[in-house]
Amino acid sequence: MNIDDASFVRPSPIGRLDPRVRFLLAIAATVSIALFRDPLACALALCLGAILALAARLPPGTILRRLALVNVFVLFVWCVTPFTTPGDIAFQWHGIAVTRQGLYLATLIALKTNAIFLVFCALICSMLPSTAVQVLERFHCPEKLVLLFLCCVRYIHVLADEWENLWVAARLRGFEPGTNRHTYRTIASLLGLLLVRSYDRAGRVWEAMRLRGFNGRFGGMATFDAGVADIAFGIALACALAALWLVNAGAPWGPADPPLSWGRELFPGWNRG
Amino acid sequence: MHIAEGVLSPAVLGTGAVLTAAGTFIGLRRLDMNRLMTVAMLSAAFFVGSLVHVPIGVGNVHLLLNGLLGVLLGWAAVPAILVALSLQALFFQFGGLTTLGVNTATMGCAAVVAGWCFTALTGILPGSRGLKVAAFCGGALGVLVAALLTACALAGTDEGLVVAAKMLLVAHLPIMFIEGCITMLAVAFMARVRPEMLASRLSGRRGHPCDDVEDAVETPRQERG
Repeated sequence: MNIDDASFVRPSPIGRLDPRVRFLLAIAATVSIALFRDPLACALALCLGAILALAARLPPGTILRRLALVNVFVLFVWCVTPFTTPGDIAFQWHGIAVTRQGLYLATLIALKTNAIFLVFCALICSMLPSTAVQVLERFHCPEKLVLLFLCCVRYIHVLADEWENLWVAARLRGFEPGTNRHTYRTIASLLGLLLVRSYDRAGRVWEAMRLRGFNGRFGGMATFDAGVADIAFGIALACALAALWLVNAGAPWGPADPPLSWGRELFPGWNRG
Repeated sequence: MHIAEGVLSPAVLGTGAVLTAAGTFIGLRRLDMNRLMTVAMLSAAFFVGSLVHVPIGVGNVHLLLNGLLGVLLGWAAVPAILVALSLQALFFQFGGLTTLGVNTATMGCAAVVAGWCFTALTGILPGSRGLKVAAFCGGALGVLVAALLTACALAGTDEGLVVAAKMLLVAHLPIMFIEGCITMLAVAFMARVRPEMLASRLSGRRGHPCDDVEDAVETPRQERG
């Protein structure tokens, strides 16, 4: 099991910015996009996400693979909601009706999901996990939670290696996974063994840490300082978000309630609704 | 169980965030400093275990394991799940910042319910058979409650998503059964190999050998201003 925890960490203009600024901006941007109800604002947000992803120099192959994975759910939504949302019928074909509201909802979901994904990858996933945890510490996250994060990040790779060893050992003994009782019993035993070993390891590590005088806090090495470039980037992105909010201002707030004119250009046979 | 970002309505996202904050608060308050490393390590194991694919028919499913985590940790499962899901968002972009609250709330509530069910059933049915029944119910309930809450989150967002929510719920029924079986077998395994892992849950005592040391590390003092 190969867990790559830094596939998006690249030397890039965004990678050089202060992680605290990126974190705050990411929260502002993703929450804003999640609240948008206007397709145009969402489409513009998607453009903003694409620009940020380019500025963060995210590796194209990886980002497209992850994007495809995210869009599996979007595809599922497109296969279901246009037919099941009650509302005005946009067009009908052999008794299967597609509603305007359904199409509107599916479009919104597709745009928003991809936009938030790109913003999140560009701003947050482009920092190392340990840096992200230190940002949380700076923002006065509860200390126990920060410790949980740090220890979990530290041991995920160790336990993944351990699982790999167990799995390879099982395969070497001729274990062939299939849909049968033996497979489930074996996987459960391997999982149980992984949990037992992690429990034992936790005891050993905790004792070792206390012997070395651990007092509940790790001293972090990273120093954060926000310079002119960070502030300029923050203001620029905040202005972009404000502009998107202005575009969104005309949109209705109700669930899946498209403005009457919406989509007439997209689907010519639309006027029946 | 991850709902992608940009799907849910603000009200649902807000409710999820509030529930997660409350659950994490309770979980952290009940979490003794001496058990912290155990919880972190089990959280990492949960992360790794949920990447394991179990074959079923022609396809395969990945395990959720939140029921098992609830059985082992009780309320502390909520912060453990929060940590694991945040790291999954960071590493693989399953879920993200805005849906973290909802995803943790669905999985965490299910874990806590599974933990209660396990404790209650082992109280009613002592012995190894009772342990197995309780573990099966815990594992299955973990998936069932998580799927139910996820379906509620989708259905609460928009009536157009109700059918999608129902489909999601039905799709999780076989997973529920497999998860129950795996949890039952894993708990039976742990009861044979390391009974104290479960003993801490069953008797309400703290389980780890190093918990007995007198001069336990105190909760760190607030050194910041």
